[in-house]
Amino acid sequence: MFSYYLQLALRSLKRSPGLTVLMVLAIGFGVAASMTTYSVFRAVSGDPIPWKSSKLFVPQIDMWGPKGRSDNGEPPDAMDYADAMALQRAHRAKLQSAMYQVSPSVVPTGAGKHPINVSGHAVYSEFFPMVDAPFRYGSGWGDDADRQRAAVVVISSKLNEKLFGGANSVGRSVSIEGKDYRVVGVLDDWNPQPRFYDVVNTGGFSSGNEDVFLPFERAIDVGMPNDGNTNCSEIPAESGFVGLQHSSCVWLAYMVELDDAAAVSAYRQYLDGYARDQQQAGRFGWAPNNRLRSLPDWLDSEKVVPSDTKVSLLVALGLLIVCLVNTAGLLLAKFLRRSSEIGVRRALGAQRTAIYAQFLTEAGIIGLAGGVLGLLLTGVGVASVSWVLPKDIASLARLDAPLLVLTLLVATAATLLAGLYPTFRASRVQPAWQLKSN
Amino acid sequence: MQIKPILAALKRHKAGTVLIALQIALTLAIVCNALFIIQQRVSKLVRPTGVAESEVLTVQNSWVGADDATAASRTKTDLLALRGMPGVRDASFSNSYPLRGGGMSLGVKTDPDVKKPITGATIYYSDDHSIDALGAKLIAGRNFLPQEIRWVGSNEFDAPAQVIISKALAHKVYPDGSALGKPIYLALGETGGKPSTVVGIVERLQVPWSGNWASNFVEYSVLVPYQSTGAFGSYIIRAKPGQLDALTKAVPALLFKTNRMRVIPAERGVRTFAQVRDEAYKSDRGMAILMGVVCAVLLAITAAGIVGLTSFWVGQRRKQIGVRRALGATKHDILSYFLTENLLIGAGGVIVGAALAIGMNLWLVSHFEMERLSLLYVVVGVVALLLLGQGAVLAPAMKASRVPPVEATRSV
Repeated sequence: MFSYYLQLALRSLKRSPGLTVLMVLAIGFGVAASMTTYSVFRAVSGDPIPWKSSKLFVPQIDMWGPKGRSDNGEPPDAMDYADAMALQRAHRAKLQSAMYQVSPSVVPTGAGKHPINVSGHAVYSEFFPMVDAPFRYGSGWGDDADRQRAAVVVISSKLNEKLFGGANSVGRSVSIEGKDYRVVGVLDDWNPQPRFYDVVNTGGFSSGNEDVFLPFERAIDVGMPNDGNTNCSEIPAESGFVGLQHSSCVWLAYMVELDDAAAVSAYRQYLDGYARDQQQAGRFGWAPNNRLRSLPDWLDSEKVVPSDTKVSLLVALGLLIVCLVNTAGLLLAKFLRRSSEIGVRRALGAQRTAIYAQFLTEAGIIGLAGGVLGLLLTGVGVASVSWVLPKDIASLARLDAPLLVLTLLVATAATLLAGLYPTFRASRVQPAWQLKSN
Repeated sequence: MQIKPILAALKRHKAGTVLIALQIALTLAIVCNALFIIQQRVSKLVRPTGVAESEVLTVQNSWVGADDATAASRTKTDLLALRGMPGVRDASFSNSYPLRGGGMSLGVKTDPDVKKPITGATIYYSDDHSIDALGAKLIAGRNFLPQEIRWVGSNEFDAPAQVIISKALAHKVYPDGSALGKPIYLALGETGGKPSTVVGIVERLQVPWSGNWASNFVEYSVLVPYQSTGAFGSYIIRAKPGQLDALTKAVPALLFKTNRMRVIPAERGVRTFAQVRDEAYKSDRGMAILMGVVCAVLLAITAAGIVGLTSFWVGQRRKQIGVRRALGATKHDILSYFLTENLLIGAGGVIVGAALAIGMNLWLVSHFEMERLSLLYVVVGVVALLLLGQGAVLAPAMKASRVPPVEATRSV
């Protein structure tokens, strides 16, 4: 029976090719616009570490007081040196690390080679297990290296390729800012987007690579300056990097791992207790106003998904709805024009369900054809996002199998939905009336 | 033209009528908002920076293994070499420049004892060559004198004795236009601070940021007579006419010849100002393009939908049209029947659509950083959609008007 409906549908579609093309085009464009913008939205709103994001938390401490708060009473979204170090020393979470962005120069071995700038972070040893950084060779450093301020480094596979031709370089040395560092680990390809451990400095997305990770206190010792944002509520009393450490300026990111609800509430209490201590000591002249957000909440509060991306997706969905309304109108006219044909079929004994099957098949074919066109246009769309979007985000949007399936599915389902009312009307055609009038 | 028979006929096509009207309403709502977004982005894109954009080259530089003293002397050597280059009109060194993306900002006050600054403004570290290198226009007062320039460490900021500010900032802090020679206070803390005398005013100089959040101080710039001894900064090089292309290669080569212990990033390290502008506004331009494409597709689909549906109705009503023609209706009567019918549907659509457009905009305003839709856009959108409907219905209506009266006598 289905093949018969298929035949009927194809014949009907061929009878008015202009209209058929119009419907297919409408569905194709509507779906392609939605899917292209969705591919961007999906890329920027994804969870960078889904297996663990609910256990990672970002503490915020209100070290500036009322004058430094944002309009909605939020404390600064980064930390000053004194408070970050206090949290690090107290060591109340399972894993924790203060970190800051660095951009040291690396001098490649070999004559005539220019120094290169690499970017990375100064972190504590617990950073690596906390973010589940994958290693190709070696591993992170131990907490003894933290304490001894050892000259060790974890490098990216890309930098390893550049400096050592991709060989296992554990134990070899790299010249960073003119000093030798021993490689203890080489990361696998690891480029989480959004760059969740430091969204303040990357805005969430970065096309740049993270090439080096150095022990935090070592970097402080050698005066490797902060390459990320610095926000101050007052001009630091002393100049230079040391002055920054003594100031209340915020420039450090901080992340902790807390495995269960009890640990979370204990850490929250600890933060409030710490702020109260600071209040009693006279350093804070205000009541505790801390935050402890889980990673998904943190990404949300930092507005990692650009509002342009959301607006584009909404507008594209609006376009799809218009296309569907358009298709529904055309199908309605088309189906009702065949009232006499329906009358004859019904008079000859066809059930209403048969009419449903016939016309929904027709709608389904249009949907499928629209979906195929939509696939092609989505391909074009995704390929050309780099032309209209900043590189950091454009490079994340890609066409993969789930998106392909979704495109076809959305096109077909949407067209069937649009065809539902026209089909219902067609099935209500009164056979007697149609036969009489002819 | 009688409207009653048209309404009676439309009642028999209730669903079709409602669907077309709904389509017109949704199209209007989306197109109004999309056009509004386009207008906002484009007005941002065409903002002048105050820089001689076709002649400026920027080079990002950081020193390798240099302390404050060596960085300063190396930068001075670079500047001398750059200024002596053939094809270079002038060169300067700064922490930032318009549209760069990152920079420094401070509050500006005229009374040191009030807590709240009048506005935020960006701080450009400058010397006596900066105005010429940028191509900014000094409209009042004087440039910095060579002896006023000081070399200062990073993260160190002490209010300078002299500043040059942009005209927009001058008018903001001294609305009566008397800023020249008056003091301003560059502030981070709540009260106090040293006065800086405004010694010069430049016509225009944009801030380094192109984001919406900076739009309320987009031309508020302060040039301070400081040069940073930090390892990081940008050279701003103004080429002589026609020499810019040659300099994009020659400048980095010369810099590396002068001193090898530096990093000029491979990406975004050497950029002409045209590239700077392109990259700064990429997402705004992209959004405008995307909204433009969506508008075009929407209008095309809606027009095509009207053509399609009206054609069907014409086909369906051939016999009735024949009867009307046989009873004495002219071709013109038939034509205006369909045009009026479309106008009625369109009118219903745009009324709902205008409300939807405003509702959609209010929702966008409350959820995203968006401004209130100007009603002009709704009016223009309404007129455009009604015209689009009339245009789309014209061809099927002409076809209908050509139905011969003899059709009345033929059975289907």
